[in-house]
Amino acid sequence: MSATDRALAAPPRTMRLPEALLAVLGAAALVLVAFLAPWLKFVLTVALAKGIAVLGILLLLRAGQVSFGHSMFLAVGAYTVAFLAPAVPEALLLLPLGALLAGILGLVIGLFVVRYRDIFFGMLNLALSMVLYSLLEKLYALTKGTDGIRVSGLTFAGITPDRETQEWVMFGLALVLAIGFGLLVRAYLASPMGRALAGIKTRETRLEFMGVSARRVLLFAYVMSAVMGGVGGTLVAMTTRHVTPQLAYWTSSGELVFIAILGGAGSALGPFLGATAFELVRVYAAAAVADAWQMILGGVLLAVILFAPGGLWGMLTSRLKGRGA
Amino acid sequence: MTHAVTRRAAMLGAAATSGSLLLAGGNAGAQQKPAELRVGITTFLSGAASVFGVPAKQAAEMLFEEINKAGGIGGVPVKAFFVDEAPGTDHLVGEYRRLVQNEGVHIIFASISSGSCLACTPLSDEMRKTTLLWDCGTQRIFEEGPHPYAFRTQGYGTPEVLAPLLYLLKHKPDFKTLAVINQDYAWGRDSWEMWKAGMDALKPGVRVVAEMFPRFGATDYSTEVTRLLAARPDVVLSTSWGGDLVTLVRQATERKLFDRSTFVLPVAEASLQTLGRNMASGHIIGARGDHWNNHPKPKDPARLAKFVDSYRAKFNEYPIYPCHHMAQAISAMQAGFAKAIAAKGGAWPNDQELANAFRGLTFDTPTSSITLREDGQGLEDQIVGMSTFTDRFPFAVPKDMVIFPAAMVSTPVGMKSVEWLKTLKPDILAQMAAPIAG
Repeated sequence: MSATDRALAAPPRTMRLPEALLAVLGAAALVLVAFLAPWLKFVLTVALAKGIAVLGILLLLRAGQVSFGHSMFLAVGAYTVAFLAPAVPEALLLLPLGALLAGILGLVIGLFVVRYRDIFFGMLNLALSMVLYSLLEKLYALTKGTDGIRVSGLTFAGITPDRETQEWVMFGLALVLAIGFGLLVRAYLASPMGRALAGIKTRETRLEFMGVSARRVLLFAYVMSAVMGGVGGTLVAMTTRHVTPQLAYWTSSGELVFIAILGGAGSALGPFLGATAFELVRVYAAAAVADAWQMILGGVLLAVILFAPGGLWGMLTSRLKGRGA
Repeated sequence: MTHAVTRRAAMLGAAATSGSLLLAGGNAGAQQKPAELRVGITTFLSGAASVFGVPAKQAAEMLFEEINKAGGIGGVPVKAFFVDEAPGTDHLVGEYRRLVQNEGVHIIFASISSGSCLACTPLSDEMRKTTLLWDCGTQRIFEEGPHPYAFRTQGYGTPEVLAPLLYLLKHKPDFKTLAVINQDYAWGRDSWEMWKAGMDALKPGVRVVAEMFPRFGATDYSTEVTRLLAARPDVVLSTSWGGDLVTLVRQATERKLFDRSTFVLPVAEASLQTLGRNMASGHIIGARGDHWNNHPKPKDPARLAKFVDSYRAKFNEYPIYPCHHMAQAISAMQAGFAKAIAAKGGAWPNDQELANAFRGLTFDTPTSSITLREDGQGLEDQIVGMSTFTDRFPFAVPKDMVIFPAAMVSTPVGMKSVEWLKTLKPDILAQMAAPIAG
């Protein structure tokens, strides 16, 4: 078993308590940072939103499948908010609506992409996300092309908060949803349906012999990941308040996969670790060296691949294990 | 194992550093005269549009150095914080917040890309931070709603499209067919919509034989050139810019398209140095303003010469229009702060007082002077001319230049550009000034 496989395998029972503890500590640290450095609230909200989308990618990674087009669901969620906000400014309504639409699209697309595996699965997702990108860009009369759409003012449970409160509300909403989806994914991965995902990765025929339909297992995970992508997208749109087709571009999907690798696929905490690290590295690299920040980001990814194939989560767990022994 | 320990130590060190950086921010009181005047500047530092962004950044650095040598603004030295626009809108709005909330900038220069400007302007409303839109051209900004803290210190899409259209109607009034080849993104589409509205109002009945929108950043225009050769339009319009325009002109020149049709290139200026002798003469070229190197009657010839010469001495090339737009924004900033400080009797202005100073402000540029209208839009004159070659420059410059006063070609306050262009009457051509040989 290689290091990656070990990291991807379900965590042993003894790891459960530290994982919960780490999650609580992490959430507390985020709140503290948001409180101390107000401008980082925005960055962290976006990080949490992307973390939720990456959580969806993690499900597919468990089955050994990489989707290089997952940001299309993010874009669906974001554009749902942008299109509907003038008519329905209620954030608490737009959020499930974006998730629902992303889920429906995920079901339609999932029905045929789950027939494919590996590179074909990844490339088909990529192709479909680029179709969505082109539509968003070309249907100029509807989408305003690459200029994008400004998200109009939102209400939260009927109340229109001022800017400072709204930033806190968005941050809190993202944090609560992140924890909720984190718990959901943990429960799901521990369930037979979740365990079957690992079966797809190791040997699919064995699943079929046991009478489990690999396609249905993967389809369920795919739709779930699409819903999480949609939720991430609605949060991004409500936070940045401006959506552009760039959200559906393949580089955005690549970014999500990058975050998944950076964070490590070993735990539901990985995506949030990865997303927070990614956004912070990006924002500080951009602040320190405005014209070479991409190089720093690339350097970080290379370092993670070379020295910590289990991602940040893998690094954390090996530290904790080292302590225990 | 030692290896792991050193790595761990390094990680801890990195975490500690980022932690101290993390908490370094905070808002300083703005009323006191600050130790330095902090200016946040968003521009393209990577990607295709960095051909505009990097020269503009160089111009800003050069001018800031000059200002600081002369004692700063109101006795305060100026410091620039550059931000890359290339990673996209969600990154940029985060960077805008960082500049305001963490770096504590006093003023922001926002954006080359129209998408960036559309995202930053509402932020300027929310964060009450004076924002100078220093290069973006979208007409939507001030036409879709008021923005009390945003000001555009240069012209915009409407005059930049209308001026070449009027020039064409005056100098080649008998054209019957036209083809358009624009980049497939917002500017390409918007500029065509405005051109079409204006053309249909001023010269109804022109047949559009081809509407082509090759993708942004395309490297091969052979299909488009073939179609244009077959369609034989009298006029070819292209508002493309940067590398795209260079590629299009080179491939069209090779196949003699420039001999058959008259080209109208409203954003040609920035690409002419790269094209050198490859640009054909006798075609209509624009500069998104009046800042040509051979401006026939600049307001302050010594200042223009000094700007061009010091830029050339430093960077070994002529400044292109984004450099001039940056110079305009800096000039506006100097005038705005001077006005605000004077209004407060020598004290340092707060955000609201600074924004008030910019409304209706008139400031000088190397070539003329610009007034910011009551809606925040700057009135910059346009010069359009016919491409030609002289002994002075190793690249094409305009001749038979017409100066269009900004008020003549800009949409009146409170109207939408496309609607206004539809109401134009042919007598606007009579208002045009006589061409200057150049």
